[in-house]
Amino acid sequence: MNTPATQTDDAILKVNDIVVRFETPEGAITAVDDVSFGVKPGEFLSVIGPSGCGKSTLFNVIGGLLGNYQGGVSVAGETINGPHQSIGMVFQEESTFPWRSVTDNVAFPLELTGMPKAERIKRAHHFIKLVGLDGFENRYPGELSGGMRQRVSLARTLASEPKILLMDEPFAALDEQTRLLLGDKVLQIQQDLKQTTLLITHNITEAVQMSDRILVMTYRPGKVKRIVNIDLPRPRSSEIVGSEAFGRYVAQIWADLREEASRGMQDAETSARGKNGASS
Amino acid sequence: MTMAAASAPAKRRKPGDVLPAVVGLGSLVGFFLLLELLIQTGVLNRFIIPPPSEIIASFPRIIVEEHVLSRFVLTLTECLTAGVMLTVFGVAGGVLMHRFKLLQEACETWVAAMASAPIVLCYPLFLVIFGRSAWTIIMMGFVSALPPVILKTIEGISGTRKVLVNVGRSFNLTQSQQFWKILFPASLPTIFVGIRLGLIFALINVVGVEFLINFGGLGQLINELAERYDLAGTYAAICFVILVSVLFFMAVEKAERWLTRAN
Repeated sequence: MNTPATQTDDAILKVNDIVVRFETPEGAITAVDDVSFGVKPGEFLSVIGPSGCGKSTLFNVIGGLLGNYQGGVSVAGETINGPHQSIGMVFQEESTFPWRSVTDNVAFPLELTGMPKAERIKRAHHFIKLVGLDGFENRYPGELSGGMRQRVSLARTLASEPKILLMDEPFAALDEQTRLLLGDKVLQIQQDLKQTTLLITHNITEAVQMSDRILVMTYRPGKVKRIVNIDLPRPRSSEIVGSEAFGRYVAQIWADLREEASRGMQDAETSARGKNGASS
Repeated sequence: MTMAAASAPAKRRKPGDVLPAVVGLGSLVGFFLLLELLIQTGVLNRFIIPPPSEIIASFPRIIVEEHVLSRFVLTLTECLTAGVMLTVFGVAGGVLMHRFKLLQEACETWVAAMASAPIVLCYPLFLVIFGRSAWTIIMMGFVSALPPVILKTIEGISGTRKVLVNVGRSFNLTQSQQFWKILFPASLPTIFVGIRLGLIFALINVVGVEFLINFGGLGQLINELAERYDLAGTYAAICFVILVSVLFFMAVEKAERWLTRAN
């Protein structure tokens, strides 16, 4: 069930030997250290780790938003060096455009391709329906709840029809119940579209609920600690949370993460003590 | 998971909705009635503050004899011209300063200092450059109102949430698309704060310079009426300046609502 092997030949997304270092006033910090893995077509892979393990740095590297790193990222054999149309990103923070209606938000990537207005509105309505927001087409993000806005962001990214959907803790700011229900929605869409998905998260339940495989990362420097195959039946929904097998996976991943999270907490405390000592 | 359609019913105006407007108008009328009473009873000197009834009575006179409407149009035109110029050049200046960091680092402090400087004192210089014409007045209004528009434009663009910029980057936008589709609409509410401030500065300077150089408009009329010691007429003319201000800001508010209707 647990495999340290990180790369597969049939992967559509390949992340090879990524190393990211940041210069800080305290010296160089290695945020991500020699991370390699692959995501197969139609697969749902989650990357999980404690705060400070370099998950979001990895998200930025794969999405092409961070340029200064060693290693390589390729999609369907093509090496990418920056934002790429094959990768659609959904961000942790609320990222809808408040000056655009739901339809105009979702139609945004279609507008960039020069698609005629009538056609892009029709396509946008299709994706709005897909995320369950039909009836809200003419509303503005300010009139929607946090969960609905994240669905608008998801629909906007799906409208660009990316080969890989890359999500960075998209439900982090939502309450637990909304998070579970949105998880269902994402699962349903992923299964319907056979969408290759890479989810960055620190939420074990969310990762087990949705993933085919979970990549567990170590605390700083972020390395691949283990890859866990999730052999739960599909199609899945949030009801699976109550099953015994689900509980076993959660316990197993928590056992891996606990040590890393403790290291992170100790590190944070040491750092805070150091700062207090310096200031007193 | 289909959600119920959310078509909001048309909002009906409740009787309570007009209450603030009624109270506002009522307090204004109450203030003028109190003023009238204090002046008529001799508590306030009528040779310093004319009674509101006299000011109202002087309206037909200043409309017919002093051609207040043509002066009103002149002042309004000067304000609008200065307003359009400061919007165009102020926003463009702010965008340029944000785009070229060296320019911003070199000039931002000077622009901020200019915002609090009494530029109106430079009116003799503007008279030499533009002559005794409406352009001197427009340019005085424009120059003195430029700094807040520039500063707020820089603030608005710099304050655009990073995640929105990253969304643009993730869709591989060009620099021009990034500006027009994300940075500019995201910063519009802040830019409008600058434009509103700029328009206040412009209006004060336009009327002030009309007054100073004695060239047309409501400022000159106020100057003439004050020199004739026609206090009721002076205050009636001031009411027209307030009317210019109200019309001016109603137009800006309309434009702001239209451009930032969802922000």
